[in-house]
Amino acid sequence: MIKFRLEKHSSPYWVRIIIPFAAILVTFLITSIILMVSHVNPIEAFYYFLVEPLSAKASLIEVLVKSTPLFLTGVAVSLAFASGYWNIGAEGQLIAGATAGAGIGMIVQGVSQWVGIPIMIIGGFLAGALWALLPAILKVKLSVDEIVTTLLMNYVILYLVSFLLNGPWKTTTNPGWPQSPEISLSTTFVKLIPKTRLHIGFVIALVIILVVWFLLTKTKLGYQMRASGIGRQAAYFTGINVNRTILISALLSGGIAGIAGAAEVGGIHYHLIEALSGGLGYTGIIIATLSALNPLAVIPSALFFGLIETGARSVSRALGTPIHLGGIVEGMLLLIILGAFLFQEYRIRRVKK
Amino acid sequence: MNAVEMHNITKTFGDLTANNQVNFTVAEGEIHALLGENGAGKTTLMRILYGLYQADSGEIYLHDHKVEISSPNDAIKCGVGMVTQHFTLVSNLTVTENLLMSERKGFLLNIPDGRERILTTAKKFGIPIQPDTLVKHLSVGEKQRVEIFKALFRNARVLIMDEPTAVLVPQEIDQLMETLQNLRSQGFAIIFISHKLNEVMTICDRITVLRDGEMIGTVNKKDVTQEELAKMMVGRETFGISRESRKEEQQQIILDVKDLSAIDKKGHLALNNISFNIKKGEILGVAGVSGNGQSELAQALSGMLKPKSGSVLFKGKEISKCTPAEIIKVGIGRIPEERNTSVVNEMTVAENIVMEHIDEFTDNGLINKRKIMEICEKLIADFNIKAKPGDRIRTLSGGNMQKALLARVLYRKPELIIVSQPTRGLDVGATEYIRLKLLEQAKMGAAVLLFSEDLDEIFALSDRIAVIYEGRIMDIIPSTKATVEQVGLLMAGASK
Repeated sequence: MIKFRLEKHSSPYWVRIIIPFAAILVTFLITSIILMVSHVNPIEAFYYFLVEPLSAKASLIEVLVKSTPLFLTGVAVSLAFASGYWNIGAEGQLIAGATAGAGIGMIVQGVSQWVGIPIMIIGGFLAGALWALLPAILKVKLSVDEIVTTLLMNYVILYLVSFLLNGPWKTTTNPGWPQSPEISLSTTFVKLIPKTRLHIGFVIALVIILVVWFLLTKTKLGYQMRASGIGRQAAYFTGINVNRTILISALLSGGIAGIAGAAEVGGIHYHLIEALSGGLGYTGIIIATLSALNPLAVIPSALFFGLIETGARSVSRALGTPIHLGGIVEGMLLLIILGAFLFQEYRIRRVKK
Repeated sequence: MNAVEMHNITKTFGDLTANNQVNFTVAEGEIHALLGENGAGKTTLMRILYGLYQADSGEIYLHDHKVEISSPNDAIKCGVGMVTQHFTLVSNLTVTENLLMSERKGFLLNIPDGRERILTTAKKFGIPIQPDTLVKHLSVGEKQRVEIFKALFRNARVLIMDEPTAVLVPQEIDQLMETLQNLRSQGFAIIFISHKLNEVMTICDRITVLRDGEMIGTVNKKDVTQEELAKMMVGRETFGISRESRKEEQQQIILDVKDLSAIDKKGHLALNNISFNIKKGEILGVAGVSGNGQSELAQALSGMLKPKSGSVLFKGKEISKCTPAEIIKVGIGRIPEERNTSVVNEMTVAENIVMEHIDEFTDNGLINKRKIMEICEKLIADFNIKAKPGDRIRTLSGGNMQKALLARVLYRKPELIIVSQPTRGLDVGATEYIRLKLLEQAKMGAAVLLFSEDLDEIFALSDRIAVIYEGRIMDIIPSTKATVEQVGLLMAGASK
């Protein structure tokens, strides 16, 4: 009989690179089973899922549009996780940023977009950071588990948005689907390609990713964040102010997620709605994990997720599968990648009998 | 009859030959030491016997029968048991439940019957076992005894003990020795892996020495001296270093601790009005059985534990309320007992070495990588660390990691060095190197506060010896006047 055994073994570097790709492959194999159960030809489905969106200019641009907020939530979560702060609240921080964006869009008027857009970004950042502040302070001062508090804050902001949309910011445009007043032209994000939804937020997101990468790898603060993240006790022992470092990281993470929200309002929706995010922050957690918390790897990961989200619609249109196929793939990918990371520390060995 | 015969065992890992044509024989009713430095191949050989590794070539005979052992399960069936330093017990189950867990027959768990059988076996072998106690309530020594008993309960006749004393405090070591001698008299074959000469000389009948994967020889204890064994083990004559006697001079007091008290994590009074001082160029050794406040004292002086009362003056400046960052800044070097509390395992050697003084390698908030590499390459050469600056520090051996820590602290020329268990778990070569470095620092004028459970180390290095017992300093004796018996008595709490 052939027997196998799992033994602890630190993998060579190439295994670490292969893991995400292998996880994606396994995810699609399992998804195939689900597709076959629903009487859909998996190969055809994957064509519409992964290839078709890239074949036309319009859907290709749509992939980039979908990726824009994911760049930001992905890198926001990566930054926090790398510092050992388990920020599950990017979703809420994004909505806080979107709320600020909608508010700023109502107030700031009659100025150039080159003034209005930076105000939107700063406002989104501050709102996201503000929404991250309470859990971060509780963590640093009282060691309250941030996984719980950041998650709970996501629900608080949803009710706050609901209050605003049904109260002070109520409009009559679309009864049953409450939305805030349209933002001013000054605060509308510039289009990168006219007549598409691709806006300047895409470039801003890429710049922010580069900034975070630079922060984590080249600066003292980033070095201290990484040390606090993977060796908190040793970091404290060697004189790093761990609490301060984690606080900064948590606020930066919240702020970046907030920018994603402001950009969605300024570049896509032009007003605030309750369903503005629909899980962009949670997807950021999957992207950060897929990227192994490496900010630069967030770029391909987020593009891939942009493709999945676009592709899910295209499969749905062509083959009549539910649009939730995208969600199934995303969720499955997270589980499989978490499992696959086991191979960084272990290997399977055949036991000779 | 020989309980174990291993013939021409060879095992390679990639380019490394861990065991090269090793022959090893253990008789029944014998305690046989497997002696060698870290990395000599002792553990590899025993893992082959226990089925954790498979030899590339060679044969194993147990009680004159040739056997193939391809898993620990096979080993257990053949009557081989192994007790490692890391216990495999579930802490919130009782001893009985833990012992029955390894039985793989039947569907129903019959606890009362199992408990009976455990008590019978315990009586038979003369090993005291508390079957109903939760494992988490046992001391380390008691847990180890449960591990030994587990092997016996599974009918082991050959018992492999992998550095069993490394995790024990002195009294527990005595109890372990008693247990092992008892088992020897009942005909068990016991293999005792160690790199501590004195233990080997106390308990073992025969000794097999491994060096760099080669078998150097098997000797009878009564035919050798510690010095000869040391020579076999390290392949050179000199062993052990000691403090040159130095003249009593009026030197500046570097550290002055007065009436220091502190509470530990469990809320107990861990330090009780501790007072002592250390002068420039002096090594003060703190001896004591582990758990008598040494850790807390080291932590309090390192900024890791806030004292309840008392004062700590470093060159006249109060530091008892300082954070680790402030302690580093005033020029105190610290090497803690647990290396993991001071290095970030997943970061590189270079990143770890500069961690305490990152400001000096930072220009306007940006890390100056070139500067870091320069200093690291120099330190790696100076301190003879076998690693590259870019290696993750967890990949280093214990000795090299300790050298890296030493490098991080000593290149700053600290005026006070607080060092705990500097050579615990290290091989003879690394131990000697680290002791020499500490002596060199003292000679250059540093004050050294040395915590060690190794009395030889305390006596070899210290100018004065402070004995700590239940959070109090029992006495401070110049090492020239101190005897091992006197210090031992004080460690056991005997009054002056």
